[in-house]
Amino acid sequence: MNYEMVIGLEVHVELSTKSKIFCSCTTEFGGDPNTHCCPVCTGLPGVLPVLNEKVVEYAIRAGIATNCEITKYNKFDRKNYFYPDLPKAYQISQLYLPICQNGHVDIETSKGTKSIGIHEIHMEEDAGKLIHDPWDDCTLADYNRCGVPLLEIVSEPDFRSAEEVTAYLQKLKSTFEYLDISDCKMQEGSMRADINLSVRPVGSDTFGTRTEMKNMNSFKAIARAIEGEFNRQVEVIESGKKVIQETRRWDDNKERSYAMRSKENAHDYRYFPEPDLPPVEISDEWIERVRSEQPEMALEKQKRYQEEFGLPEYDARMITGEKAMADFFEEATKLTNKPKEVSNWIMGDIFRMLKELSIETSHMKLSPDNLAKLIMMIDKGTINRNTAKKVLSAVFDDNADCEQYVKDNGLQMVNDTAAVEEVIKKVLENNPQSVSDYKGGKQKAFGFIVGQCMKELKGKANPAVVNELLKKALS
Amino acid sequence: MDLLKLGALELGQKIKDKEISVHDATSAMLDKIQADGDIYNAYISVFKDEALKSADEIQAKIDSGELTSPLAGVPMAIKDNICTKDMLTTCGSKMLYNFKPPYNAGVVEKLNKAGAVILGKLNMDEFAMGSTSETSYYGVTKNPWNTNHVPGGSSGGAAVAVAANEAYYTLGSDTGGSIRQPCSYCGVTGMKPTYGSVSRYGLVAYASSLDQIGPVGNSAKDIAAVLDIITGKDKRDSTSVECDCGNALASLTGDIQGLRIGIPTDYFGSGLDNEVKEKVMAAAKTFESLGAVIEEFPMPIVEYCVPAYYIIACAEAGSNLSRYDGIKYGYRAENYDDLYDLYLKSRSEGFGMEVKRRIMLGNFVLSSGYYDAYYTKALRVKALIKKAFDDAFQKYDVILGPVAPTTAPRIGESLCEPLKMYLSDIYTVSVNLAGLPGLTAPCGFDSNNMPIGFQLIGKPFGENTLLNAAHAYQLSTDFHTKKPEGGKNA
Repeated sequence: MNYEMVIGLEVHVELSTKSKIFCSCTTEFGGDPNTHCCPVCTGLPGVLPVLNEKVVEYAIRAGIATNCEITKYNKFDRKNYFYPDLPKAYQISQLYLPICQNGHVDIETSKGTKSIGIHEIHMEEDAGKLIHDPWDDCTLADYNRCGVPLLEIVSEPDFRSAEEVTAYLQKLKSTFEYLDISDCKMQEGSMRADINLSVRPVGSDTFGTRTEMKNMNSFKAIARAIEGEFNRQVEVIESGKKVIQETRRWDDNKERSYAMRSKENAHDYRYFPEPDLPPVEISDEWIERVRSEQPEMALEKQKRYQEEFGLPEYDARMITGEKAMADFFEEATKLTNKPKEVSNWIMGDIFRMLKELSIETSHMKLSPDNLAKLIMMIDKGTINRNTAKKVLSAVFDDNADCEQYVKDNGLQMVNDTAAVEEVIKKVLENNPQSVSDYKGGKQKAFGFIVGQCMKELKGKANPAVVNELLKKALS
Repeated sequence: MDLLKLGALELGQKIKDKEISVHDATSAMLDKIQADGDIYNAYISVFKDEALKSADEIQAKIDSGELTSPLAGVPMAIKDNICTKDMLTTCGSKMLYNFKPPYNAGVVEKLNKAGAVILGKLNMDEFAMGSTSETSYYGVTKNPWNTNHVPGGSSGGAAVAVAANEAYYTLGSDTGGSIRQPCSYCGVTGMKPTYGSVSRYGLVAYASSLDQIGPVGNSAKDIAAVLDIITGKDKRDSTSVECDCGNALASLTGDIQGLRIGIPTDYFGSGLDNEVKEKVMAAAKTFESLGAVIEEFPMPIVEYCVPAYYIIACAEAGSNLSRYDGIKYGYRAENYDDLYDLYLKSRSEGFGMEVKRRIMLGNFVLSSGYYDAYYTKALRVKALIKKAFDDAFQKYDVILGPVAPTTAPRIGESLCEPLKMYLSDIYTVSVNLAGLPGLTAPCGFDSNNMPIGFQLIGKPFGENTLLNAAHAYQLSTDFHTKKPEGGKNA
């Protein structure tokens, strides 16, 4: 029998507000353990949460960008459970009245465009981190992350392949980066996805029993986890057993998942309205102001690049895929006024090197002004394109100044006509056979002589100049 | 002149007039507390050295004209669920036996600014859960009118300290009657302000949507002065509100001509002790003689108040008290096998019976499958109660009724019958559910010479009206000036 997978996602995104959701502690990643904390985020007795309005604003931005209805009358609820990383033993979240509802995002897949439903987006606080100390066999708690604001984006069960899931996550990441509300770094945990997956025979319109998978920290791991869980569930069904509703933990090293807890052992979170926070009312004016301040998003940018700069659709889409690259492109274009040139460098060498070196765009060291310098050196004839490629690859790692590098390594082109003529004269003398071949009508010989000249000039001459002077010398 | 018998404002005036020094007043109180020993057990902690030190600092600021509050230099004490920076704050629980908060509650900051001398922290039912002050890990608090009787609760220490002259005024907290009921049992004046008018920042939560800090003192005038210090919006408490507060003392005229007082007949039905009923009705007559217009009206919703209150309060309490898990601060069991065992043992050993009962009740009513049957229904009752009061306040300025069905019961009587104890909260809990201000003042004694108080309930932010009515009453009666003889009863 043929099976299909049915997937819904719960994506958690840490918001990049300066301070936490209910206190004024910094949200900065890292820091010595328990240095970004106060009585509020560590849940000491008697202190109270005060809502950071920026979080509401960011949630509205996310809601508008994902075509959601914005809930006017918002409430927070308490989700109660015991765990040492949760100092109050409850998480302030939204259950009954989430801030965004009924949205959708469109994704591009190999089968075309698909619309993925967004069930809701709600605001909540992050928990701390537990670190096991194997030396002392004890567990240490770091509350720095406690109270960092999160958005949880709950999708409808609309995915049918790992490709769709990856495209959706890329799209969310890109969207939130453009909105400047999260840096969406999976490795640092600022973007996390839980996967609800079930399988069913192709053509069936009922859902199978689903499992929830946690603990994936890259798009690739997510794709592997989906394939792994799909195969596991199909095997369970094919062997005549039943899939158990449970939470599973993905181990990416072993490429398999492990049962964490079954439905029977699932928490009863005993949600109820948070009495320490009054309801948040969002006015139409507020929503309209946020809407009018929404930054240009990927698709708009892509279209603008096509129209304004004449970039091909594919290139424009690739460059706008990540905000960091679009920013890079725009900055370098501003400095050079050569959008196509900048685009070509990005589409070619830069994307290739990022891929080869497995560097995320946001971590790329190369600065737009350095690329601009490179482009301008070509434009002025200081170096030729081949040299430029070598320079770029040499400075890509550390963003060393292109101009300085060219100078230090003596890569400037020989623009002195006399010097070029000198070399031509020498090459012609050393290659009489080729000269007579050329004069006898063999065009190929001309290429050979040019090559010899360039070799002699160590590639630092403008080929057009060499051509012209050589033709003159041979005529 | 007996220093101990002065009212808070009287003492404040004498300090201002340099008749009495802050140091002498503080010493007198500390000596009285020490002399009483554990007869009443009103205090959990006494901050002797700190109080004497701050007395001198405050004296200097009064002398330099920096401090002008009418209560500057007056020694007072605070219920032990209100956080005092670096000073023990136990909530009457073993769970917080070693807890010293790194911050002051909003009200403590305000008291410090006004020049209050803080004598110590007052005994209470564990985590403010109880109506008798018997559930404290630090021992039972006793009623100074008869030490075989409870002082009421949960702010038992706050009422006893005033009644027994161990503080000139105190701060308590009231979630379902925890200020008003012990004030009634101990013959002192106390108030639960409108929800939101006093910051809860630093008040260790029992039921967040109902908790409110309020003053206890020897007269309506004294507590008006305290209220002026502690009210006002605090940006650290999102449920606190801007209000036209801080002028209670100045607004007291003693004139209640034409004041419309409603008496809910359902507050005087079966279950109310006859002597209590008699004294409260006598108080109504006094109000009438002072020019108030008295009218009876029905309020049948009162019957649903207690179940709605216990569902909402316990649900919030179960969640609020989950943070005491033995991980970060407070009590941790000595031996445990794993995380689950650490939670289980720390919480089993750290909490007392009444707290555990309410945590379990609260978690039960919030469990999946029961939420709508209990919690949602309780919220509906809460809304109906609020509406019943709103309707009543269309016709009346204040509502007058009893505080509790009886005078203070004997020690040990209540805890063996928790349901009966819960039902005795019938006249007080509705005020918390509706978020209204409520005031208790003494209006007589029963045949065993145990105090009886009346309760005045006001419109939201109608504190001044309540205080003025009580002030008028106290200008023409002397129940509030009566003090127990003191000493341990046989």
